[in-house]
Amino acid sequence: MQNAEKNRPPERRSLLAALGVDNQLLTLLLALVVVWIGFQIWSGGIFLSPRNLWTLTAQTAVVGIMVGGMVLVIVARQIDLGVGSVLGFTAMIMALLQAPPPIGAGLNWILAVLIGIAVGVLIGAFNGYLSAFWGVPAFVVTLAGMLVFRNGTFSVSSFTIGPLDETFQILGGGINGSIGATWTWIIGLAIIAFVVWQTLTGRVRRQRNEFSVRPVWAEALVLGVTTVLILAFVIVMNSYNVPGTGVDNIPAVASGMPVPTLIALAVLGYLNWMTRATRFGRYIFAIGGNPEAANLAGINVKRMMVYIFMLMGFLTAIAGAVQAARLNSATPTLGRDLELTVIAGAVIGGTVLSGGSGTILGAALGALLMSSLENGLGLVGVRTEQQKIYLGIVLLLAVLWNSISNRRKGGR
Amino acid sequence: MTTPIIEMNNISLRFGGNQALDDVSVNLRPGEVVGLLGHNGAGKSTLIKVLSGAYQADSGSIKIAGQEVEIRSPQDSQRHGVETIYQTLALADNLDAVANVFLGREKVNGIVLSEDEMEIEARKVLDRLRVKIPSLRVPVQNMSGGQRQTVAIARAVYFKAKVLIMDEPTAALGPEETAKVSELIAALKAEGVGIFLISHDLHDVFDLADRCTVMKNGKVVGTVNTKDVNHDQVLGMIIGGVMPNVPNAT
Ligand SMILES: Nc1ncnc2c1ncn2[C@@H]1O[C@H](COP(=O)(O)OP(=O)(O)OP(=O)(O)O)[C@@H](O)[C@H]1O
Ligand SMILES: [Mg+2]
Repeated sequence: MQNAEKNRPPERRSLLAALGVDNQLLTLLLALVVVWIGFQIWSGGIFLSPRNLWTLTAQTAVVGIMVGGMVLVIVARQIDLGVGSVLGFTAMIMALLQAPPPIGAGLNWILAVLIGIAVGVLIGAFNGYLSAFWGVPAFVVTLAGMLVFRNGTFSVSSFTIGPLDETFQILGGGINGSIGATWTWIIGLAIIAFVVWQTLTGRVRRQRNEFSVRPVWAEALVLGVTTVLILAFVIVMNSYNVPGTGVDNIPAVASGMPVPTLIALAVLGYLNWMTRATRFGRYIFAIGGNPEAANLAGINVKRMMVYIFMLMGFLTAIAGAVQAARLNSATPTLGRDLELTVIAGAVIGGTVLSGGSGTILGAALGALLMSSLENGLGLVGVRTEQQKIYLGIVLLLAVLWNSISNRRKGGR
Repeated sequence: MTTPIIEMNNISLRFGGNQALDDVSVNLRPGEVVGLLGHNGAGKSTLIKVLSGAYQADSGSIKIAGQEVEIRSPQDSQRHGVETIYQTLALADNLDAVANVFLGREKVNGIVLSEDEMEIEARKVLDRLRVKIPSLRVPVQNMSGGQRQTVAIARAVYFKAKVLIMDEPTAALGPEETAKVSELIAALKAEGVGIFLISHDLHDVFDLADRCTVMKNGKVVGTVNTKDVNHDQVLGMIIGGVMPNVPNAT
């Protein structure tokens, strides 16, 4: 590292560089397009129907809510293998608390969810504390947690607990669980306005400071593509009708975005902002890059570690609420193997397992790719057990690709 | 004689069976450059890490501006106005130059990082060091050794230290950049900053340091005024551990 300046080839200003879009992200988008078209053909035109796409976004939500947290955990050189079990555990607690007696405690659903979230956060704090302050590798702590909480869930209840509170079910996107056409438009347009505004003000500010800016055409292209994608999303969500409407003279009611998708988007949007624009986000990356340096710079690395795992526990519990609401019940096996899907989503999204590098946007696309595979395979009639074989292979390929592209970049 | 800004008295530190520091005492006055010399593994870096809060001494005391202080963490040290350029540079390789210069002390507007402001400020300090860094927005792992070292120096210089610790600050720098760092040291000295300079380059040390403290096997051999000694006498201290017969040596 200390060697003198190497002769570097002069920088080629390629098309991609001008666009300022990450190579890996583009490959991922391409893979997504290929997978979607492939399933569209294989399923005989069902995969890209509004109905299935709507289902797909709702299905992606659970992983989408957790995947951003996993990115942060991995960036900080940690891992959380327990999220699937903790999801099951917190979901079971929330279900038992709100289910009417004699099965459950009959608590108000909001209170039940809050208690579930508190449990998730506590578990996260415990994971972080053990690994940061006592030096137990997070791999081991959370592996133990995986066993403890899966079987803890069975101990609390070996039956399916349901049905659950009707208002609670909205979180899962079931009956009344979509926000309707108007709100979907409002949110879609607001996001577009926000992106445009950010781009323009950022550009003006950078120019005022005489920093380099992207060429106008590149900026316009990125903005244009983003806008089209958001509009397409809104239109597809609004093309799916609420079940039971639009038939037999009942007027069609557009469903709009499912509530779980809205939650996932809010979580991912917040995390994306947080990693880029706040000290907390900056410190997570600094720790991943060089924990020693982070410590010498005055960052309380151990405490940060606890916070990161707490955030993961928080998100896991929210995902648990959404999953239970979707199924209108909690089962002892809820969330089984989900840790692998979440980790796979993060890794496919370009998060480097050795830490220090990863993006929320990439992970969101990675999660979408994973659930597209699951959804598509299910659609064409591949059995669940076999699906998992494919998903395992995809995870392996993703990690392989990840390490190859990192070696080429000259990283670790 | 002015009160020393730093007094480290009878510092000892063991790593397992290895007595890295054995009853070490050094001091530093404002506007003074003290060279810390010694063979590899003599304990120089360990000593300054005790001052910078990276390590805690087993025994001994530290006074800053005459006040006895406890330095338990890097924050404590920074709070007392001590800035450190580590031999290992201590950079987060995945972050860019701007992020590294401000790491741990980012400028914020509310809770949002003031990226532009930090970039402008980072550019200013780096310009002062005259190192060509084409983009401050690429990860420092993609920079040359000298550029990285400059980022580490900029980091310490930016925060207007009262005491600056430089652990082999020019090891990776070319002659022109080294000259710039020497100029910088002279300028900071004139501003009254006290500087501990660790270097294996005797020429540099003779040019810049007012006094030299030589260490060997975790112990202080002695401290001499640079103008009273020649290279051979200092080499004798470093290699043989023998004190030259000069006035004012301790
Ligand atoms: N973290 C540590 N754990 C154990 N031993 C250490 C540690 N840091 C330093 N040492 C030991 O302490 C002794 C002094 O090391 P130090 O790094 O202070 O030497 P130095 O004088 O800075 O040498 P150099 O000129 O090579 O940088 C060495 O024997 C080293 O092996
Ligand atoms: Mg050293």
